[in-house]
Amino acid sequence: MSTFASTAPAAKTSGSSAAPARARSGTRRGLLRWLFVAPALAYMALFFGYPLIRNIVMSFQHYTPKTYFTGEAPFNGLDNWRAVFADELFAGSLWHTALFTLGSLLGQFTIGLALAVFFSRRFRLSGFVRAILLLPWLVPMVVSAVVWRRILDQDHGMLNSALHAVGLTEGGVPWLNSPGVALLSAVLVNIWIGIPFNMVILYGGLQEIPRELHEAASLDGASPWRTFRSVTLPMLRPVVTVVLVLGFMSTVKILDLILALTSGGPADSTQTLGTVTYQLSFLQLDFGQGAVVGNVLILISAVFAVLYLRANRADFGKGQ
Amino acid sequence: MATVALSLTGCAATPAPDTVTVLNSATDTAEHTANQKFFDRCAGPLGLKVEQISVPADQVASKALRMASSKSLTDILELDGSELPQFAGTEGLRPLKDVGVDTSGFSGSATSLGSYHGTQYGIARSVNSLALIYNTKLLKEAGVEPPTTWAELKTAAKRTTHGSTYGMAFSASPNADGVYQFLPFFWSGGGDEAKLDNGKGEAALQLWKDLVSDGSASKSVVSWNQQDVNDQFVSGRAAMMINGPWQVPVLSAQKKVDWAVARIPVPEAGQDAIPPIGGTVMAVPKSEDSAREKNAGKILNCLNTRKNQLQWGESVNNVPTRAAAARAYAEQNPKLAAFADLVTTARSRTAQVGTRWPVVGDALAGAFQSVLTGRTSPEQALHRAQQQASKGK
Repeated sequence: MSTFASTAPAAKTSGSSAAPARARSGTRRGLLRWLFVAPALAYMALFFGYPLIRNIVMSFQHYTPKTYFTGEAPFNGLDNWRAVFADELFAGSLWHTALFTLGSLLGQFTIGLALAVFFSRRFRLSGFVRAILLLPWLVPMVVSAVVWRRILDQDHGMLNSALHAVGLTEGGVPWLNSPGVALLSAVLVNIWIGIPFNMVILYGGLQEIPRELHEAASLDGASPWRTFRSVTLPMLRPVVTVVLVLGFMSTVKILDLILALTSGGPADSTQTLGTVTYQLSFLQLDFGQGAVVGNVLILISAVFAVLYLRANRADFGKGQ
Repeated sequence: MATVALSLTGCAATPAPDTVTVLNSATDTAEHTANQKFFDRCAGPLGLKVEQISVPADQVASKALRMASSKSLTDILELDGSELPQFAGTEGLRPLKDVGVDTSGFSGSATSLGSYHGTQYGIARSVNSLALIYNTKLLKEAGVEPPTTWAELKTAAKRTTHGSTYGMAFSASPNADGVYQFLPFFWSGGGDEAKLDNGKGEAALQLWKDLVSDGSASKSVVSWNQQDVNDQFVSGRAAMMINGPWQVPVLSAQKKVDWAVARIPVPEAGQDAIPPIGGTVMAVPKSEDSAREKNAGKILNCLNTRKNQLQWGESVNNVPTRAAAARAYAEQNPKLAAFADLVTTARSRTAQVGTRWPVVGDALAGAFQSVLTGRTSPEQALHRAQQQASKGK
């Protein structure tokens, strides 16, 4: 911290006195601007930049428990990267992460939006029901997972009993016991967890849309669907971007839900980038290889962050 | 930049010279208090105090590593036996004989649990293992004796399966629990964790597969941890289960199910069961100050007297590691005698593969998970497991 504080004032005195006054006040103003930004920059460098760089460096090192005792982590070139990319578990986890993220976002967003539109009309008890719908968001992830494990139990689970009762299945769907179904079950549980977040933010966005627009549309004889497509959705766009990006960021690195629900099983069918990082770093104690998978996650998130910033810039452009 | 980060991590102040610090997983209040009672009993006469730092069991290793990097490791480190090689391999632990710890008179398996490359770094006060726990009423109703061989196990499981009750329950989860439960079958069938594809481990995979395919065990075993298995047994949904002595308090507290303990069935009559040995070991990290190490050694000696081991074993339902204490334990707890016997033939998971155990264990988990879910044959599964286990060797 002190290093930044001491360099900034030191730079201040370097303005040469021979320079014209205007130029000097210009540099001073520039310096002042930097001074205001400095604390934020220092914070970012310390708490985001440093760990990021450490993680990238670590992925090129043989970093094991011994490192913690001796402080030595010999560089081993691309060994960690080769080992991780050669592992079929990694390829599988990439694919599972993609499916899980896409499925979760699609479900959460669609159902969240439908509920938001439904509740945007005023009716009795709507506030109460909305509050009830927030529950999945309030319950700790691990608790949800434990309850869902019971519901999805193949022999005695509520879901199979219900499906059997209405005659949809013979009962005995192996929700968490079959490699073909377990990832779908994880997606379903995650959709249930994510609906409230999507609903609340989108509901907020809907409240911001002026009512006159909807009235004008209906005067022009637009159908409800046409109104939704041509008025509601375009006006919601900035909010939609925010919801999707935040949802993506929290879904792509999923760990706790999977660990509590399936531990990555059965037969590695629910391993994601998050669980593989956890396995490599904290179970096999190979921190170098764990860092490789962590870096892949960072890269994926960075790509989406850039897309988000660009989309936002476009919005700002329109707004002015 | 680095200096800034270092100043932020901070260094723990060195504890007072008469205080011995311990890192363990006794986060549960009752367990923490029981631990402290034994520590105080040992430290008092030596003019010392003991301070416990407790974190959840799955965080002990990472916490210890973080402490090591800031040179603030505790004087005694209590790790899970399967984690010991990782720490001994760093050369950051002191061999126990160098700090005056008496390691004679212990059962071979307990010595093996605390050893790495022939040197003993960790001492176990008590150990656990696995046995067959069965519902006496259900077996009697079906007219079967507790099974001793794999063939008898299959028959007994089939005959005790009806309605919503399965004959057999075990954990085949893709993590440490499942691996722990698979080992007794894998080992007694002749499986070898150093050479998974030696052609002998398939029989154990086939046994598990058969139990599930003929409906004697639930398909959910692939997601059950050892706690889930116990829940099934207590609710009467399983006539037999594989589990450890740590479940005894729960089993004793419930009134619904009458239970008894037997050895884990073996492939052929007359063979010895080879269950895995589990439990924690206490190690002494290297310190700049040899007086601190000596104090830690004295505390360990006192915790492991025959009397203290016996009392400790009874308080945590685990078997004492001194042969004499184990015999006394079996006499005083006839219901748990089977566990006391098993511990004499039990095997340490890390004796052969040392620091590679986490990778080997993962490979084994992959094998039984893919066989139980019908993805591969036992032979293919172990062939692939060996490839995974020998990666980066």
